[in-house]
Amino acid sequence: MAQPLVKKDDDRDDEEYSPFLGIEKGAVLQEARVFNDPQLDPRRCSQVITKLLYLLNQGETFTKIEATEVFFAVTKLFQSRDIGLRRMVYLMIKELSPSADEVIIVTSSLMKDMTSKTDMYRANAIRVLCRITDGTLLTQIERYLKQAIVDKNPVVASAALVSGIHLLETTPEIVKRWSNEVQEAVQSRAALVQFHALALLHQIRQNDRLAVSKLVTSLTRGTVRSPLAQCLLIRYTTQVIREAATTQTGDRPFYDFLESCLRHKAEMVIFEAARAITELNGVTNRELTPAITVLQLFLSSSKPVLRFAAVRTLNKVAMTHPMAVTNCNIDMESLISDQNRSIATLAITTLLKTGNESSVDRLMKQITNFMSDIADEFKIVVVEAIRSLCLKFPLKYRSLMNFLSNILREEGGFEYKKAIVDSIVILIRDIPDAKENGLLHLCEFIEDCEFTYLSTQILHFLGTEGPKTSDPSKYIRYIYNRVHLENATVRAAAVSTLAKFGAMVDALKPRVFVLLRRCLYDGDDEVRDRATLYLNTVGSDGEVIETDKVVKDFLFGSLDIPLANIETSLKNYEPAEQPFDINSVPKEVKTQPLAEKKAPGKKPAGLGAPPSGPPSTVDAYEKLLSSIPEFSDFGKLFKSSAPVELTEAETEYAVNVVKHIFDRHVVFQYNCTNTIPEQLLENVTVIVDASEAEEFAEVASKPLRSLPYDSPGQIFGAFEKPEGVPAVGKFSNMLRFIVKEVDPTTGDVEDDGVEDEYQLEDLEVVAADYVMKVGVSNFRNAWESIGPDFERVDEYGLGPRESLAEAVSAVISLLGMQPCEGTEVVANNSRSHTCLLSGVFIGNVKVLVRLQFGIDGPKEVAMKLAVRSEDDNVSDMIHEIVASG
Amino acid sequence: MDCCPSVKNILLLDSEGKRVAVKYFSDEWPTNNSKLAFEKALFAKTLRTNARMEAEIVMFQDNIVVYKFVQDLHFFVTGGDHENELLLAAVLQGFFDAVTLLLRNSVDKREALENLDLIFLCLDEIVDQGIILETDPSVIAGKVAIHSMDGAAPLAEQTISQALATAREHLTRTLLT
Repeated sequence: MAQPLVKKDDDRDDEEYSPFLGIEKGAVLQEARVFNDPQLDPRRCSQVITKLLYLLNQGETFTKIEATEVFFAVTKLFQSRDIGLRRMVYLMIKELSPSADEVIIVTSSLMKDMTSKTDMYRANAIRVLCRITDGTLLTQIERYLKQAIVDKNPVVASAALVSGIHLLETTPEIVKRWSNEVQEAVQSRAALVQFHALALLHQIRQNDRLAVSKLVTSLTRGTVRSPLAQCLLIRYTTQVIREAATTQTGDRPFYDFLESCLRHKAEMVIFEAARAITELNGVTNRELTPAITVLQLFLSSSKPVLRFAAVRTLNKVAMTHPMAVTNCNIDMESLISDQNRSIATLAITTLLKTGNESSVDRLMKQITNFMSDIADEFKIVVVEAIRSLCLKFPLKYRSLMNFLSNILREEGGFEYKKAIVDSIVILIRDIPDAKENGLLHLCEFIEDCEFTYLSTQILHFLGTEGPKTSDPSKYIRYIYNRVHLENATVRAAAVSTLAKFGAMVDALKPRVFVLLRRCLYDGDDEVRDRATLYLNTVGSDGEVIETDKVVKDFLFGSLDIPLANIETSLKNYEPAEQPFDINSVPKEVKTQPLAEKKAPGKKPAGLGAPPSGPPSTVDAYEKLLSSIPEFSDFGKLFKSSAPVELTEAETEYAVNVVKHIFDRHVVFQYNCTNTIPEQLLENVTVIVDASEAEEFAEVASKPLRSLPYDSPGQIFGAFEKPEGVPAVGKFSNMLRFIVKEVDPTTGDVEDDGVEDEYQLEDLEVVAADYVMKVGVSNFRNAWESIGPDFERVDEYGLGPRESLAEAVSAVISLLGMQPCEGTEVVANNSRSHTCLLSGVFIGNVKVLVRLQFGIDGPKEVAMKLAVRSEDDNVSDMIHEIVASG
Repeated sequence: MDCCPSVKNILLLDSEGKRVAVKYFSDEWPTNNSKLAFEKALFAKTLRTNARMEAEIVMFQDNIVVYKFVQDLHFFVTGGDHENELLLAAVLQGFFDAVTLLLRNSVDKREALENLDLIFLCLDEIVDQGIILETDPSVIAGKVAIHSMDGAAPLAEQTISQALATAREHLTRTLLT
């Protein structure tokens, strides 16, 4: 007798006991037939529903037919008055999410429950009905929902309010009618009712700033009962602060309220307020201090969640206000050994941001112990923090670089290794002393690197930086080893790098040539092709002779054509006698797919009839302009601007103008449209007053004979200007014409016309019109290849600005140049920013600009402008643009 | 940030990472497979941490997850990356304590499965489509525990099992108040 019992226990240990062991959908669906019994057994029915819910929860799905059957069976259970069973029925209906025609079956039962005396029925029926209902049914039950919102029972009120929040997304017009009731519920004594009412009221009014502001004002003075509602109020308050900040100055409104929340009894609220303060736009140190103090207390809490929340927030603060966080450094250091690795990582990275030069070595020691037992994603965070630390304290590069090279040798995934390599590359670029050391670390790394991508990147980088070092020959061995030991992709990259050494370092050329010749026997086409190409072009049979500059530029210079453009051009190229001409590829970066190509295109071909509509591409512009005899001797079109509207939208006559810039001329192309069906305009001219543009002299104009309704026409005006000078000026324009009445039904035109004038807006030619947006693929290379000969550097104060981003975009549009490497985007809250621009100045002079912005004091933006170009006049001119702009 | 705090999912897994009861409120995981993958990865990531005394926390796939273990049960609550961590912890604590009350302190997988209806109801009472309904464990358990017969049916007409059920509910209610 004892034997089987023991055995049973064993079974339990081996195979865990579960009431759902061996459960099967088919069997449960069979069991669900008990729902149809005339004498319902509530307990058994509940059990079956639990089984059905279990199946669904495990990811089992019911077919449409099965679901419908179960649904109909479940609706029968409304007959039972068992409360427990009814709860399960509600749950089941929500899980089945019935279709519209099925919903009708349960609507009446649910509506009955909604008006029941039992609170639990009312609350749940509301939630179920609102979940499954559509708009039409909602109008029927709206009355009950409004009542429920102000129900004495908090559970019922909350159910109605929460349902309202969900319904607001689908049927906002109905829910918005409930605001009186919701307003009343905000005053409720029940904590959670207030929370839900506040959430709903805010969502109803979120587009009405004034209403939100009023709501916040009244509640910050009143009493808010639950911590949840208080958190919500803090969020809404910060929203109001954010929107008010643009108009008000001096003391920040509601700051006192946020500060008072730091003394709330619930930690949740304290934290929400502290975080809100740290995220205020342009928060001052004085405002930060109390928030930092409470977060510092949280750092030593026994609760991991609290420590995590605090350290994560402080970490963010450290990015913008490192000094404010330094007080927490001691608490932070003890967190490095925190059990929770997320907390430890955040602590480390915060310390790296706030640490001073003297603490670097100690920190690195602590981190080294810690790196081995965290996940890759955390390691990447640490590596990035170390990179920025190194840039901050360049003198410490030795220990930081050592650290990076050590972790580079350890195990790790691709993303992690890439982060390390990127960091070393950046350090080499920015800290000259670190170059040789760093390059050797990279060389060692590629000796044993499993990632092709990283190997090729490093080889390319070696080719650029290696030849400039004091002893380039020591890298050759590492590079040539790749040719022996790696896959074809890496071998090809290594061949290119070798060739680069050969071309740049004349002394090495003979030795490199020997190595390259060996590559001619490689098994891979690409490797052989590259070797052949380099052997033949770098040339001189491997003698110690300087390589021709043209060859260098051809082989290793950067391709100043956007890859996307060359790809399109190559696709369009059809095999023909004429070889593909790389000069025909537009150089301008396309900002929008539909934007015009503004680069000098192919030579104007043929003198076809001018197109009827306003032409929009440069090719077409050029064709159009060259077809007009007056302009034919202006030479090559440099740039055409985007159309500038000279009239308001929906006026009688719509006019916009395109500025065409030539070496010695400017042509304005006025695109006019007559929007009045009853009028025909004849002899249309634009009278241009150039009195505010002294350097310009009108040389020609081309009026329009007639301008019928809705068929656009062009008027041209040409001005001469000094050659190569970016002359600027303001032109006022007046449209002059003869109006003739037209009968719109017959199209008959009256013979007599009246002379009339129409004032257009002023037009300006600005310096940016003389700069063409042309991107470069590698700004640093381009910057260095232009060289410092004509570099001009100066500093400017830009005065108070709304934000750093606003200042950056203002300068970019002033210069009209192409932002490179995504530097036009300013990180949120950052206090400084570097922006790289490139372009071509009139006369085909390449210009590169490096802008360094910094915020100085309250919103004062200062800027350092460094220009390099191929002509010192142009460099000066860029400065003049900024100085006068 | 400006909107209502929201919960993306609540998970109750066993000591092998299998589902006991889960509830998703976000469409971030549209299929059952994506849900299972999330659970598996999260379980693996948190398995070796010690979340038996205090609730633990982890950043996971751009979400914040707070979690707590007891016996062979793992409780998780997930929220967005900008959610107030303490608020999520309050939801977790509410869920955890309510389950403890409902299972009368013997919180383990077996007990949870045997009272799975209570667990489902409990999840239903804590969060409604992502919006926090209630975090006070005794209130949550109280709402779930109204499981008795309709007051109108006299005791004599109940079957023995029903009577037992009623008795159990009375007991729970007295325990809770």
